[in-house]
This record gives sequence, structure tokens and C-alpha cells, in this order.
Amino acid sequence: MSLNMHGVRAIYQFEMNRALRTWMQSIIAPVLSTSLYFIVFGSAIGSRMGDIGGVSYGAYIIPGLLMLSLLSESISNAAFGIYMPKWSGTIYELLSAPVNWVEVLLGYVGAAATKSLTLGLLILLTARLFVPYEVAHPVWMVGFLILTAITFCLFGFIIGLWADSFQKLQVIPLLVITPLTFLGGAFYSINMLPPLWQTVSLFNPVVYLISGLRWAFYGAADVHIAVSTGMTLAFMLACLTVVWWVFKTGHRIRR
Amino acid sequence: MGRGKMPYRGTENARSGEGTLNPGAARPFPYRYKERLPENCRHPTEAQTRAAAHPLPRQHTMTLPPVAVAITDAIVSVRGVSKTYAGGFQALKNVHLDIRRGEIFALLGPNGAGKTTLISVICGMVNASVGTVTADGHDTVRDYRAARATIGLVPQELHTDSFETVWATVNFSRGLFGKAPNPAYIEKILKDLSLWDKKDNKIMALSGGMKRRVLIAKALSHEPKILFLDEPSAGVDVELRHDMWRMVRELREAGTTIILTTHYIEEAEDMADRIGVIRKGELIVVEEKATLMRQLGQKQLALTLQQPLATVPETLAQWPLTLSADGLTLTYSFDAQKDDTGIAELLAALGTEGIHFKDLRSSESSLEDIFVSLVHENKEVTA
Repeated sequence: MSLNMHGVRAIYQFEMNRALRTWMQSIIAPVLSTSLYFIVFGSAIGSRMGDIGGVSYGAYIIPGLLMLSLLSESISNAAFGIYMPKWSGTIYELLSAPVNWVEVLLGYVGAAATKSLTLGLLILLTARLFVPYEVAHPVWMVGFLILTAITFCLFGFIIGLWADSFQKLQVIPLLVITPLTFLGGAFYSINMLPPLWQTVSLFNPVVYLISGLRWAFYGAADVHIAVSTGMTLAFMLACLTVVWWVFKTGHRIRR
Repeated sequence: MGRGKMPYRGTENARSGEGTLNPGAARPFPYRYKERLPENCRHPTEAQTRAAAHPLPRQHTMTLPPVAVAITDAIVSVRGVSKTYAGGFQALKNVHLDIRRGEIFALLGPNGAGKTTLISVICGMVNASVGTVTADGHDTVRDYRAARATIGLVPQELHTDSFETVWATVNFSRGLFGKAPNPAYIEKILKDLSLWDKKDNKIMALSGGMKRRVLIAKALSHEPKILFLDEPSAGVDVELRHDMWRMVRELREAGTTIILTTHYIEEAEDMADRIGVIRKGELIVVEEKATLMRQLGQKQLALTLQQPLATVPETLAQWPLTLSADGLTLTYSFDAQKDDTGIAELLAALGTEGIHFKDLRSSESSLEDIFVSLVHENKEVTA
């Protein structure tokens, strides 16, 4: 069956226009807040801290901060993207249109991933202004960023389908993702923790994401890159399965 | 044979209701308007008031028209559709309906009757619990792409993307329905709907009537063969309503099939080719508008008397007569379908009684009268 590419393009364009309309909120604000981390923890405090694994502290925290922004923006963008039509009632058009779940995902998740990746690249460029860093495996870095962005946009899409209030939209990013990122080695190596907490940290899925990206930057990480990639792919497949099931059954979208 | 398995058997048995797809709906239809008015109805509608003022005799009965007659060239075909929501509420009950290609079909029913649910099932927004729907020959579940591409929907509520411009949102709809961009066509729609000078305005800046036009433009953007208008007149001013109905007629002339629900029954009376009445999820009547009005409509003969009467003489008891409060108007309600309306005998009897009149006029039921009577009749039956 051929794809309804006009439909995909329409959704994608609609979502990108929404981001451009709110560029201060969707682009400037996250870049600025992440830059503040670079200034405070990278330039100011980082200069007084020792290297970790041969990498300066300012540079060491770049993958973690990049991942923090990427995760929260991917989830928020995709969640808002599908929640807004539900909230405003315009989802009637999507439900009555000749589009399938793959096309809906390509439009919404594609646009959300584009936005969060653009943001990630802007953050990387901004970090350069405050902290010197090198990227050991640039292709892996880009690939891992794309994989993570798509995976967490899918996760955000599920949250948007599930949420029936603006509060619920914010619950997962604020109460789950942010703490997991801070405790997932964004500012430290989990090898610096006592053995018990190292083991506990391995149950934190964000550890694998930060570790994978850190390996792409500096060639060394807490967890092997294959494990990080495998865990991320597994989570993406789980999200795809949930979205497929939601569209198949109409759960929370089609009465 | 169970009701749910009743096959379509053509039109030959339709008059009696036997063999129709909703056989239970065809039954004697006693006209007892006065008794059918709700007891707690403090503000009866004009139709209810009229109906109450002209009660028909208890012995006057008529068979309802058939509910469903399968149409060979139906553009929309609903077969045995039932819908029970998660909470257990059954919104549709074994609905069978065929919509003819190129017609204007009006679906009437009180609030909560199932009109919007039926439209939502056809358009794919609500999953039917049982039954099938085809649009232009395509099953709306198995072949949903082809089916949905033929349908345009104007929803009841003003659901719009407030921050989008008119131009962007209408083009979005066209793309969503799988059509390549066609700025010239979108321009024509916007001009037809008097939206062209608003094309760069954000929707949030538009009035309610203008937003309604935008929804119509969106529904038409992909050149649908079937257009659903769910309460399109709700909250719009007279000018827009007239513009809208002019456009609906033009669309019909261009070959588009229109299915509308409305609370403005005079619009259905004015516009529709056929009428369907739905109540509590059951389609109780589907009929040509003219036939429906002829079959179910009743006429009244009002005689303005020269001298007031205190009461109707007992010698005139065989005619269903009502006397106005001032005793100057005598109203006779009769079935216009009958060969013998009884008018001649009544007038002769009046002469015999020495009751003279100076004026007489006849009137017939409006669609609203019929609608009210149908709905209340079925309330009685189901009570």
C-alpha cells in the first residue's frame, strides 16, 4: 500500500509551522537554559574540578546536558503535537482522514524529532562558545542522537495520546525524565558511585543513553556502546508497539 | 428470523413495514398530539402548540413510512450498525440506511438521538460495535483510505486551529486527505465562501460565523463526493445561513451528496430530498420529504363563525372538531390522504344546525409538526 505522502507532508509542515510560530519558547528558551549549565558547571565551577577519564569536567558534562535537552524536548514536542488536536477538538479531521498510523507517526514524530535534533545541534554549537570539546565518533554521535530523538518522540507521542490534561503532559518529563537524567550520569560517571548505587543506576534507562552519547564524544563510557544502542532500539520497538496498538484499538482517540 | 438477520426484501412489503430493515419501526401511528405533549413542558415549541391546538381523533391512524429501502446506487450504505459506548450507553441500534447519490438527505432527531454518532461512525471517528458502512462502494473499515477520501465533514462544534491562518488550515486539510496542492481550487472555495479577504487572518481573529465557513472550506478542500454537515446552522446569522444553503444547493447541482443534521427543521423542509428521523439510536423514519409530508401531514380546516358558539353541538360529534376559546373558530382536522375527507358532510351538517361561517381556510402540517409528532409518538410507544 502506498503512503499518503501529501498527508505526511501536511502534518509535518503543520507541526514545523507551530514550532516556528513559537520560536522563542521552542528554540531560544531551551538553548539559553542549557547554555546556563555550560556557563555555571562548565566554565565557572568546571574549571576548578578535576578531569574525569581524561576529559575536562566542562567537556564531560556536554553529552549529559545535550541528552537532557534532547529527551525533554523530544517528549514535549511530540506530546504537545498530538495532545493539542485532542484538546482543541481538531483531531476529528485526523481521525476522519485517509491516513494510517505510520503516516501519522511520520508526520508528528518526524516533525518533533526534527525540532529536537535542530535544538541539539544549536546546543552543541552554543557549548562551543563556553567549553572546548572534540567528537571522537561524529557519525555515531549523529546516529545516536537521531535514534534517541526518534525513540523519545515516540514516547512523547504516547504521553500525548494518554494525557487528558495539560498537567499529565508535564508529569512524565518533569517528574520522571529530569530526575532520571540527573541521576543517570549527566554530571558524573556512575563509576564514581559506591558499588550498590552503581548497580541501582543500571536500572536507570537514561544511563544507557548518556553513556552511549558520551562514548560517541570521547570514545569511553560507563556502558558499552552496543548495550546502549541495543537498549535504545528495544525501547523504540516497545514504543512503536504501543502506538500501533493504540491506533489499532482506537484507545483514547477513537471511541 | 431474528430482527438482526432480516434480509432486504425490496420495496414491495415496505408499506406495511414487513420485510423492511427496521421492521419494528413500522406501526400504526395514532395522531394524538395533545396527549403526546410532555407533562412538564412549560415552553412548548410552536409546533407543539399547533399540534396541541388541533388534536386528531383517537380512531385516526396511519402507518409510518418504511425506515429503510435499499437503494441500488447508494453512495453511502449503512448496514446493521449498532454502537455501544464503553460506559454501556447504546447510541445506535441496528441502523440501516442508504443515501442516494446526489441527494440532500436530512437527518433529524432530538438532542442525544444518535445523529452525531451515526455521522461519526460513517466518517471513521467512532468504531461501530456491529455492522458495516460503505462510502462510494468502499468499506469504511477494510478500505478506509478510499472511503474517507470521498467524505468531507463539517463538525457540529467549531473545532479550529486558532493560531493558523485560513489559507494554511484549508491547504492542510487538502494535503491530509491525500490531494496534491491546488491553490487555484482553494482560492475558488475561499471566494465562494466569502473568505478570500480573510485568507491571511488567524482563525482566532474570526467571528463564529466565519469559523463555520472555514470548517466548510476545510471539508470541501479535497473535493469530496459526500459532504456531511452536522448542525451547520448552529450559531450562525441569517445571512451566512442563506449563503450556506445556496452553496449546498450549488454543490448538489455539481453532483455532491449532502447529508445534514439540523435543528432548523424548516431548513430540512426547504432543502432536503429525503428525511430520516432518528430517536434513541433507532432510525424510525426514512422517506422522501414530499411523501413524508403527504403521508404524515394532516390538514386543518378552520371555519370563522358568524356567531360564537358556547360548545360544539353533539350532533357534530362524529367530526373531530375543536372550538376556540372565544367560540368563533371551529377547527376540523382531517387526513388529506383519504378520498373522503368528510368536509362536504361537515359543511352540510353545519348548515342543518344553523351554524354559519363567514370565512374558511385550510392549512397543513409543517415538517416540524410531523417531527414533533413522530418523536413524541415513539416516546409513548417506548414508554
